[in-house]
Amino acid sequence: MTSSDAQQQVASRWTARHDVIVIGGGHNGLVCAALLAKSGRKVLVLEAASEFGGGARTEELAPGFRVSSVAHLLNRLHPDVVKELDLEKHGLKFAPADAVPSVSLSAKDGPLTLTGAYGEGLVGASSAEAAAWKDLRAQLFRYAGILKPFLSRRPPDLRGKMSITETLALGQTVLALKKLGKEDMRDFLRVILMNVADLLDEQLTDNRLKGLLAFDAVLGSHLGPRSPTSLLGLYYRFAGEIGGAPGSQLVPKGGMGSVVAAIADAASKAGVVLRTDAPIIKILVENGRATGVVLENGEEIAATTVVSAADPSTTFLDLVGPRELDTGFVRKISNIRNHGDAAKLHLALDRLPEFAGVDAVGLKGRLVIAPSTDHVERAFNPSKYGEFSAEPVLEITLPSLADPSLAPDGACVLSAVVQYAPYRLREGWESGKPKFLKAIMGALEKHSPGIGKTVRHAELLTPADIEARYRMPGGHWHHGELQADQMLMSRPAFGAEGYSTPIDGLYLCGAGSHPGGGVSGAPGLNAARRIIAMERQS
Amino acid sequence: MTKTAKKTSSPYAGRIAARGHFRTLRLDTPFQPRIDALMKQNDWYSWAGYRAPASLWDEELEYFAIRSQAALFDISPMVKYLIQGSDAEAFLNRVTLRDVSKLRPGRVHYTAWCDDEGHVLDDGTLFRLTDDAFRLCCQERHLPWLLDSAIGYDVSVVEETEEIAGLALQGPTSFAVLRDAGFEGVEHLKIFDLAGFDHQGGTVTISRTGFTGDLGYELFVPANLALSLWDRLMEAGQMRGIRAIGYTALNRARLEAGLIVANADFTTAEHALRANRARMPDEIGLGFMVDLKKGHFNGSRAIEAARKTRKLGHILVGLEIEGNIPAEHAIVYHNKKKEVGLVSAAGWSPLAKRNIAIASLSRPYGDTVNDDLWVEIYALRELKYEKMMKRAKVVERPFVKLPRRMANPPADF
Repeated sequence: MTSSDAQQQVASRWTARHDVIVIGGGHNGLVCAALLAKSGRKVLVLEAASEFGGGARTEELAPGFRVSSVAHLLNRLHPDVVKELDLEKHGLKFAPADAVPSVSLSAKDGPLTLTGAYGEGLVGASSAEAAAWKDLRAQLFRYAGILKPFLSRRPPDLRGKMSITETLALGQTVLALKKLGKEDMRDFLRVILMNVADLLDEQLTDNRLKGLLAFDAVLGSHLGPRSPTSLLGLYYRFAGEIGGAPGSQLVPKGGMGSVVAAIADAASKAGVVLRTDAPIIKILVENGRATGVVLENGEEIAATTVVSAADPSTTFLDLVGPRELDTGFVRKISNIRNHGDAAKLHLALDRLPEFAGVDAVGLKGRLVIAPSTDHVERAFNPSKYGEFSAEPVLEITLPSLADPSLAPDGACVLSAVVQYAPYRLREGWESGKPKFLKAIMGALEKHSPGIGKTVRHAELLTPADIEARYRMPGGHWHHGELQADQMLMSRPAFGAEGYSTPIDGLYLCGAGSHPGGGVSGAPGLNAARRIIAMERQS
Repeated sequence: MTKTAKKTSSPYAGRIAARGHFRTLRLDTPFQPRIDALMKQNDWYSWAGYRAPASLWDEELEYFAIRSQAALFDISPMVKYLIQGSDAEAFLNRVTLRDVSKLRPGRVHYTAWCDDEGHVLDDGTLFRLTDDAFRLCCQERHLPWLLDSAIGYDVSVVEETEEIAGLALQGPTSFAVLRDAGFEGVEHLKIFDLAGFDHQGGTVTISRTGFTGDLGYELFVPANLALSLWDRLMEAGQMRGIRAIGYTALNRARLEAGLIVANADFTTAEHALRANRARMPDEIGLGFMVDLKKGHFNGSRAIEAARKTRKLGHILVGLEIEGNIPAEHAIVYHNKKKEVGLVSAAGWSPLAKRNIAIASLSRPYGDTVNDDLWVEIYALRELKYEKMMKRAKVVERPFVKLPRRMANPPADF
């Protein structure tokens, strides 16, 4: 090879054929990539696994059975994402009829059903309770509505560098608060950091309803209903909407993978180059600026902007590496609390299970085993000491009812989120997992006697499994606890809040950034907006 | 619960065990029996939790021991870290300001380190013992910071403050004392060189360094060999006027040498309670250490940005003040009216025959505006303050330059 050949090769290797590299093809990475491509940038998405979607895939469980991997319910895909990516055109359609109810199971009192968008109707409760719930529901949605605009914005900038638009947006929140009126505003401020259990006890009496709300408040976090600030989880949920209906939820046809497929299709149509089986081992940094990435196979790809949808600790500690970062920042990133406390159960069943008192419509919905606040709190207690719940709480869906193609004829697939399953189980998950599965099956059996005998295949994903399979350190689907101290400008940590990072040209766009996890696309959306704004400035 | 289980229960158990120094309120150094025997004044002060002599017999004569004889000063309370491993150089390059790859084994350099905001955490001396082993000496404790900085490096950081005793032997006859004490080859040490020497079957590390601006050496030795080393030096130095000294004398010498002391001339970032008290290297005269070309290091982004946007509010300068009244902690004025800074160390320099001071000023004073500077000295004389407005001139540091400090071979006085 002559020296000019070598030069040419170096040159071609370093020619930025891509403006942007997005690391990770989960839904947030894809949303961000698609939006950046739509802004005229050449975007390449590199996904480590052999398919896109991350924790939002549809995967084979057993021959003939397929199931959504981690996320199984759609309740917060951001309307701006749907609109700006034209997802309806790419195969994602929500009809109001797709919305499913939530059923709170109780072996003692029979089921209680929340119909419509998160309990617009209440079936199975006393009329007094229904009236109390109506008031509380209205109040919670009103309060969540104050916080909702934060979802699609950068967190407020504490460095005093907010743009006029951002300052105005913050002003609008203050205005919205004032509009509540004195009494309501006072109550908003009173309850915002409360624990959910105390608030529910103030207004409700039905244990099934309180159990369900308590469960939803702590779903996906290391909190019990009586832990301070647990109410915030409920606000986060209620700030989500589907098809314009706040609090609405559906079990997507084709599993969660179909949602990702629509986003990937939008990305691809916008010109994004999508690559799977492309795990990255390093983000290249030169003179404090990201210049590209190195793949596991040694391939180097250059880009002017690198966007990481990977978990913040992976991004900074593994891919960038501490050497390019300040010690204080590494300290903050190392201290992000990201130990997951939720497991995922998948069952291939011979036939549709029965739950006493639950009708066909209810079965299509979300079945929650959390018969009281105390039950949820007791399930939480052992996890504080590194033990799984002896009587776990569950959120169950039967996705093959929404989409029969997910299971063979007559058979059924069951998908459940199970709490609590501490990432660092004291006895270790190797010996703990079979014991935990037994405890879960015991809980299921109480509400659906005989279900155990119909199990053809069972798969339990502990946080350790979720970590390994979906590259989420700690196995946490939010890429870090979504609690008050890790929210807004403290998410994932100060110094990397608001999507830009200490490394020029490197941005974050995953669940570890504001506002957090769940299939919302909001971090990806906000990151894309931020990148476009930043690059317009420079 | 078993003892081992208890230990592993906290991820910080190891760190906590490594930092027991604060459990004793006034620690003794390994040299204490000898210092106690020489202590006539009972004039102690606390140096990083150690019982250290301010003055042993006569602070005036102790100072002149530094400048005319050989002064022995116990520097064991200096915080010391042993940093070892194949990544030790890379690690220190990331932590400290200067380019450590330029520091050869057997050499020492004066350096400093910053937090993320570019604020100085401390200054100190870095001894390169071998390719992969360094000793970092400083004023403040930094173990958690250093251990967290070690994430991602093949390096071990061990605090050895208590295990290693230190002595400074400073003054014109210091070389002769070492030679007479039998440290063969010590004449080859040039300024900022270090080497190991035999002592009682162990090794004493001698470097030609110090805090006086004079010819001088620093000796580091395992604590169990401390007393025999002291005796060896005292015996050899008998005819060369060797004297044990306290901090008051040393402080005068260091002022003449224009050297700064952490938390006296500047507030370290972790001690600063008020947000505007922390200082960047450029603000305390350490800007020369900052090597922005060596690659990323802690605070480099902040320092670069501050330089670009000219957000360096302060400057540390040497002052020469008219008269002979020490201007300690005097306020510095421009045009006798506008307050522009504070003196942090001051005194009459017997060697320079000048009234000198180190002061921190708000830019542009001390930087581009240097005329018409004044200090206001309050001298308490028999229960009455005499207020004096004295003219101050920005002058170069060091205030005193002694050729014998650098002379090779070192002179035999």
